[in-house]
Formats: sequence, structure tokens, C-alpha cells
Amino acid sequence: MAVEKMSLAKALNESLRKALDTDPKVLVMGEDVGKLGGVFRITDGLQKDFGEERVIDTPLAESGIVGTAIGLALRGYRPVVEIQFDGFVFPAYDQIVTQLAKMHARALGKVKLPVVVRIPYGGGIGAVEHHSESPEALFAHVAGLKVVSPSNAADGYWMLQQAIQSDDPVIFFEPKRRYWDKAEVDTESIPDPLHTARVARPGTDITLAAYGPMVKVCLEAAAAAEEEGKSVEVLDLRSMSPIDFDAVQRSVERTGRLVVVHEAPVFYGSGAEIAARITERCFYHLEAPVLRVGGFHAPYPPARLEEEYLPGLDRVLDAVDRSLAY
Amino acid sequence: MTVENTAARKPRRSSKRVSAAKKPTSSEPQLVQLLTPEGERVANPDYDRHVADLGPEELRGLYRDMVLTRRFDAEATALQRQGELGLWASLLGQEAAQIGSGRALRDDDYVFPTYREHGVAWCRGVDPTNLLGMFRGVNHGGWDPGSNNFHLYTIVIGSQTLHATGYAMGVAKDGADSAVIAYFGDGASSQGDVAESFTFSAVYNAPVVFFCQNNQWAISEPTERQTRVPLYQRAQGYGFPGVRVDGNDVLACLAVTRSALERARRGEGPTLVEAFTYRMGAHTTSDDPTRYRHDDERAAWEAKDPILRLRKYLADQGHADEAFFTGLEAESDTLAKRVREAVRAMPDPDDMAMFEHVYADGHALVDEERAQFAAYQASFSTEPDSGSAAGAEEGK
Ligand SMILES: Cc1ncc(C[n+]2csc(CCOP(=O)(O)OP(=O)(O)O)c2C)c(N)n1
Repeated sequence: MAVEKMSLAKALNESLRKALDTDPKVLVMGEDVGKLGGVFRITDGLQKDFGEERVIDTPLAESGIVGTAIGLALRGYRPVVEIQFDGFVFPAYDQIVTQLAKMHARALGKVKLPVVVRIPYGGGIGAVEHHSESPEALFAHVAGLKVVSPSNAADGYWMLQQAIQSDDPVIFFEPKRRYWDKAEVDTESIPDPLHTARVARPGTDITLAAYGPMVKVCLEAAAAAEEEGKSVEVLDLRSMSPIDFDAVQRSVERTGRLVVVHEAPVFYGSGAEIAARITERCFYHLEAPVLRVGGFHAPYPPARLEEEYLPGLDRVLDAVDRSLAY
Repeated sequence: MTVENTAARKPRRSSKRVSAAKKPTSSEPQLVQLLTPEGERVANPDYDRHVADLGPEELRGLYRDMVLTRRFDAEATALQRQGELGLWASLLGQEAAQIGSGRALRDDDYVFPTYREHGVAWCRGVDPTNLLGMFRGVNHGGWDPGSNNFHLYTIVIGSQTLHATGYAMGVAKDGADSAVIAYFGDGASSQGDVAESFTFSAVYNAPVVFFCQNNQWAISEPTERQTRVPLYQRAQGYGFPGVRVDGNDVLACLAVTRSALERARRGEGPTLVEAFTYRMGAHTTSDDPTRYRHDDERAAWEAKDPILRLRKYLADQGHADEAFFTGLEAESDTLAKRVREAVRAMPDPDDMAMFEHVYADGHALVDEERAQFAAYQASFSTEPDSGSAAGAEEGK
């Protein structure tokens, strides 16, 4: 049976297992990924089955993790590195931005850097500081990096394998508050290409574009809006670099309205990029300005305030109403 | 002390053997120890004079600090289990390292902690309930570092060692004779920031003491996953002294830290102190050490318990009687009760607190978003029908 119901965490684990199994050059590296199986257990059991040479516990040094992964990739390996939490990627940011992103271009295409950097990201789990950040725009802004985020178990399973197979560096953002959500995963069907968006729910009045943790919120908002007689289309972007603008355009040409939803701060965020492009492409189709819903220009707040900070059902519906009011 | 780097002499294709070898190859170095696990005072020609001033009252004071710190820690762990705190990082087993070093400090010294220095905070006179706000999720620190010369907790591993170094550089520029101490773990020793702080402090001769609590584990990674030589020996390569102290011996920790601080005050630069100790519990309340650690390891360390060892010494020397110990128990209960009540009474922050203190001089965008959010929140209370689609109809 190729279809199985599993959590996103389990799907990612199965995906890594399959990648390790099929390609001896694939390595898994990071802090606590071995015996502990990672703090979220995404690498659970992998070291036991593939050994310490393939599933590598690293010193507590993110710059070291990414920097050595670059060297391993130059030597022909395909490292998949785990950054324990979003806020801890910054010690490695230098290696990612100044080295990982640019080496292929500098070598005129002669070297490939098939490195995947897995980062559990986003809020909603009541964590302390630096454990709930959404820094995707900081990476998408850098040429040479690809940036993706699955929103569900099936995408988690397939997108991670596609990222590992990619010859480009991929920053793979995992929505940590969706790790325990279950969905049907077909481990044999041929998946969509990595950087394509998917209509998660069709609708005719307005388009909600989201990715990662916000897709579920948008689906709930669409269901709530339906009860009020509004038909809301939900687009799961899946990839933040590149963005499947054709899919967004197709949807907006049908609905005439667009709201972009993400957890990251709105200011200079991915919503700004989408709004600008779609305004250029769809100016005569738009019935309302493209609206954005996201975090504020403030540090991610302490856990007891994150519900106010994170866009929830109400804020998404509020934006839907504002758009429809034009 | 020469560092025996046998790893470098292994055959090149030895990656399997290197990763399989669990222990550093150099022999375990001597620890500075003044009090044995059995509670016997041992002489040490280099360090005895640093604790020569301690009479029975001071010794009881150190004991009291350790007992109250442990009780506070246990209460916080319990509060986490009861859902009052989101997370707790326990210091169980590390009381001597923290109290010994913390009591070595002068009021005008400055402390840069990690997120586990509850005992040092105690020594600085920081109200223990202040430490709990960030673990409850009502703030990201919330105390004024200047009021007790105790900086905010730092969660990003190793960052604070550079802040400590820079602060110490400033102390030296000011011509002051105070010192700075930076706390970090054995895991942190792998971070580039820590290596850079060693470089800067050595080059600028900064009056800083690096106090590494080697509690043997960085979550699931043993110290051998961070280093192939004993950590205190790292200092040598940067050009300053390193010393390993029995981290479960409060007297030795006090003596060694005092000595390092005095050296800093004399303008002789940094020292690395490696307190060899053990994390008795889980890394944090979210961690499950049974997945990577054997119980017998903990049992072996329990025999070296820092509190029991001083208790034996105090009792044997006739420095403390039963009344002292029972009195301390009552004091612990009172502290625990106060902490529990304070945490339960801690209010959730106001929604608008998100927008406070983002900038010192203000920012137009923050003002705009604050106003929008306030209007949005207000729309719920003014709408007669305040369901999830509040405000929906007015727009249509
Ligand atoms: C830069 C960074 N990477 C990863 C983490 C996640 N993390 C928190 S504590 C910890 C282990 C720290 O070990 P150590 O430095 O030995 O201190 P200990 O907690 O044992 O006192 C890790 C990996 C972090 N906080 N910061």
C-alpha cells in the first residue's frame, strides 16, 4: 500500500530514510540528530540504521555545520543539515549567504552545491525567545539559494526528497507547529515539481496565498467564509524562491482579489514581493489592492502574546472582508 | 602541561576509529580540589590562601546558598510540570560551580550568564522570581542588567562571551579595577563566538574570566563531541592560563575564581576556568535524557553531590548543628512558597506590550501598526456580534 496516514514529522523522517537508502552520497548532519533523533525527532532511528558515518552528530557550531557541509558537497556528498531552531541559523548565516549561495556562480557553474539546510521555523508552540522566528525572506532575498516550505505531510515527504536531489542549495523551512498534523502520504505517486504552487482549495471570490504554517489557517478561514457565502481560493505557494507567480496570476485572474498571509513580519516580507509582482501582472484584473496579513515590526513576542502576534482566523477573515469591500 | 595530540597521528582513513573513540586520549588532568566527595578538606598550596578567610559562618553561608538555589530550581521544575512555566533549564548538580564562582565576585564586577545561571543570579541578589518571566513566557528577560550587574540570560549559545569581552575591554579603558565573568557550557566551547572572544580578550588583555561549566553534556552530545583535548587546555593556545576545578567543590570553585578575578584586576588578562561538573537532570524540561544517557552515570555523580559534601564537612567540623539544618529547611519551604505564589500571580502582558521598546527613539511604522492593531482589537468589543467575522458586515 503506497498511501499511508502520517504526521509531517514522520513523513520527513521517512523521506530522509528513503534518501539515505537510495543515494550513498546523502549525509544527515546536525546537533543531536544521532541518538536523540533531533529535538523534534525528525531524524529518529536514522543513526541506528545508517551508522555514524552517514548520520553525523556535530559539535555545537552552526557555522561549522554549514561550512563543512559545503566542503563535503564539493567532495561529492549531498549533505542534509539540521539547524535546531530558526533563531540559531544566524551563526551559519555568513556561510550560507557569502559562500553556499555564491560558489556555483563564482566557479562559472563548475561546482555544484547540493546542500539542504533544514530549519524548523515559525511560532505557535509556546517556546522561549529565538525558537519561533520566520526568517524566510532573509534567505529568499539572496540569489543562489532556493527556499521552500511544505505545509503538510505529503509535501514534506516529497519536497524534502526533491530538495535533496536538487543540485542547488535549498533552505528547507519546516513549519514546526504542523509537525504533529497527520495527512495521507502517497509514497509512490509522482509529485508536483518542487517550485510549483498548488491550489489547496478552489474558490471564485478571492485568493488567499500562503505557505507553511499559514496554509492551515487559510483553509480554516476559507471554510468559515463559506458559511457566510464567500468562495475563497487557497493557494499553497510551497516555494518562496522561486515563487510560482504564474499560478498566483492564474488564480487572481479568476478571483480578482489577493490576500497574502504569512507569519513573518509584513514589512519587507514575501508578501511585499508577491503584491508588487501581481500588481504588475494583473493590474486590470484586480478589484482591490493586494493585502497582506502577517507579523508586526516588533520582535517575536513572549509566548503568552504569540496568539495576538500570529495571524489567526480572525485577522485573515478581516483582510478578506476588507478586500471584498472595495 | 603539554597537550598530547594523538588523534593527529592516526592513519588518514581513520574517520571510523576517531568517531568510535569516545574519550579524549590525554589522561584526565588533575582537578583543583579543596573538599573531597567525602567532605574532607585537602590542602592545596596554590589555592588555600584564597579561602583562608572563611570561618564557620561563611561556610554555612555557602551551604545555605546552595540549598536555597537547589530548592528554587526544584520548585521551578515543579511549576513547569504544573503548566505554570513553558520551560525550565535546571541547574541540579551545578550548585557548587555557580555559588563558588558567584560568591567570588565583587559588587562592581559584571556577570554575563547563559540561561542556567540561577545560582549566580542568587549570589548577585537578583530576585529569583525575576528569572522566571522568560520561562513563563511573559517577557524576554525583563530585569535591568545594571541594577545587579547581572546581564540578561542569553539563549543563543556562546554569544555572551563576546559581550563580556567587550565589556571587559571597556572596564580596562576606564581604568577601573573591576572584573567581568562570562558563563558558558562545554557545548558552547565549539562556537566560533567563543573562540573569537578568546582571541579578543587575549589580544586586548581584557579583565575577563571565562567560566565554563563542563556538565558533560550539550543536550545529547557528550563533551567528546565538542573537543579532543580537555577544555581548560584550550586557553594555552590563545596565550592565557586555563585551570580545571572540581565543579562540585564549592570551596575550590570559590578559590579558583577569586584567583582568576584577582589576576584580571591586576591587569594580567583573561583566565579560562573549567568547572568539571555534571548536569544531573535533563537538559531542559523538554528533553528526555533516557534516549542518550545511562542511569549509572548519574548515580556515579550523585556520590559527588556538592551539597552533601559540604554538609558532611560542616557537621564533622562542628560548624553547624541540627538546628541550622532544620532552620534551613524551613527557609527553603518559605522560598519555594514565595516563588510559587509569585509565578502564579504573574500577569500576562498587555497585548500592546508587543509594540513597546522596539526602538529607543520610536519608529513611524511601529506607531502605525500599533494604532492599527489597537483599532482591530477594539472592533471586537464594539461589535454587538463579536464572532470570528467581527467587522465583516460593515465592510460590505
Ligand atoms: C546557536 C545555538 N544553537 C543551538 C541552540 C540549541 N541549544 C540550546 S542549549 C544547547 C546545548 C548547550 O550545551 P552547553 O553549551 O554544554 O550548555 P548546557 O546547556 O549543558 O549548560 C543547544 C544545542 C542554541 N540555543 N543556540
